[in-house]
Amino acid sequence: MKITLYIWRQDNAQAKGNMEKHALNGLNPDMSFLEMLDVLNEQIITAGGDPVEFDHDCREGICGQCGLFINGRAHGPLAATTTCQLHLRHFKDGDTIYVEPFRAAAFPVVKDLRIDRSAFDRIIQAGGYVSARTGDAPEANALPVPHRTAEQAFDAAACIGCGACVATCKNASAALFTAAKVSHLAMLPQGQPEREHRAQAMSAQMDEEGFGHCTQTGACEVECPQEISIAHIARMNYEFNRGAILKP
Amino acid sequence: MHLPFRHSIARKNLMALTGGFLSFFLLIHLAGNLQLLLPEARAREQFNLYAQLLSGNILIKAISYGLYLSILLHALYALLLALSSRKARGGQAYVYDHRRQASPWYARSMGLLGSILLVFLAVHMKDFWYVYKFTAIPLDEHGQKDLYTVVATAYQEAWYVLLYVVAMIALGFHLLHGVKSALFSLGLYHPRYRLWAKRASTAYAIAMTAGFCLIPIYLYFTQNPA
Ligand code: HEM
Ligand code: FES
Repeated sequence: MKITLYIWRQDNAQAKGNMEKHALNGLNPDMSFLEMLDVLNEQIITAGGDPVEFDHDCREGICGQCGLFINGRAHGPLAATTTCQLHLRHFKDGDTIYVEPFRAAAFPVVKDLRIDRSAFDRIIQAGGYVSARTGDAPEANALPVPHRTAEQAFDAAACIGCGACVATCKNASAALFTAAKVSHLAMLPQGQPEREHRAQAMSAQMDEEGFGHCTQTGACEVECPQEISIAHIARMNYEFNRGAILKP
Repeated sequence: MHLPFRHSIARKNLMALTGGFLSFFLLIHLAGNLQLLLPEARAREQFNLYAQLLSGNILIKAISYGLYLSILLHALYALLLALSSRKARGGQAYVYDHRRQASPWYARSMGLLGSILLVFLAVHMKDFWYVYKFTAIPLDEHGQKDLYTVVATAYQEAWYVLLYVVAMIALGFHLLHGVKSALFSLGLYHPRYRLWAKRASTAYAIAMTAGFCLIPIYLYFTQNPA
């Protein structure tokens, strides 16, 4: 397979970046997108160049480290797929592919395609925790959580923090990411002690980090590899207002 | 500047409350204006009486101040949110951008649609509200200010009718996303009612657009027989 890549190169957060053209030949359609970038880097290194930096870790779609803006879409054209789970068979021989980092003011570029997503960590630190001692994993049937609620909480907890929601949002809002954690903990008994503070604290941090507001366009749930629903954002808003009224 | 509602969710709550209040007003406004569709003599008498009744009522006056304030706050906070959104997006735009595939255009264009509405509101208020309140207009045979004739005369012009139709289509799309979104912003949302909330807000948006378009179109054609 033959692919022409236009790939974002940027030395550091302050530098001005640009798209760089590379031609790749003899690619195997069963390669993953990241394996193609490995091939590209070997080619660059052999030629004595500076390899393209990009984020990745598990390459199994579970860690949330990878995240590229591929052909104008977060994680590329496939639904419910992380960048590492995208394969070349989803492209055609001779295709041109544009690769950029996830962009947002709160996600500064470190180098090339690598971005700093520590703003997400600080949002979680602001309230995405439980202070109750939960001890060892209890016997499942002893937990007073109905099956439906457990499923909903788990759907929210599935967020891998990749940042695709921010990357695609016209406001660069972190509402879906923040809401997933607020919603997850609001539904479970362990999350109750901080419930009145959590949505307030986490969304205040979200604003502080420079993410935008939510317009409910729904683009985030379309791009989310874990298919987290924007209904969780409505629940976060509910929790925010509930907290404002009930705050002790 | 230290404005109240600093928090982005609080700001969206305010947008939703003011937008929701305006949307509720539209329902009443349309119901009242449908009197314009009555046969001419009947419509003139009834509509003028209705206008006089409203302008004399203290409760209506209080509500109208609420409306002016809502429009101002809604537009002001829309602007503030748009500015912070622009900042949040950052300096470097995507070189290759197909994000539009992930959401409907009207949901992304609330600011543009709202700006059309703001211009429309200025024209609308100047031509009817200002003329009725602050200028001497002829009286009808019952001695009431003849607002009916002012309105009917305005809709004799094709370009004026077109202006209304365009603005009402903008309103329709603003509401199509806005009403649903307002429920979300306030946290009044439940998966169980997802479909119904969507249906109700769609039906409402269509009804408002159709109703408000019908009046100028009807008056144009009844006064310009082919
Ligand atoms: C004066 C001109 C107007 C402007 C500039 C404007 C602008 C906007 C904008 C930008 C939004 C989206 C906010 C966001 O999420 O980013 C919005 C939402 C909304 N607008 Fe307007 N609008 C205007 C007039 C109106 C009118 C006349 C109505 C109702 C009759 C209305 C009803 C709504 C509703 C219900 C929402 C949803 C609020 C939410 O998402 O929480 N707007 N408006
Ligand atoms: S590298 Fe872990 S999810 Fe893609």
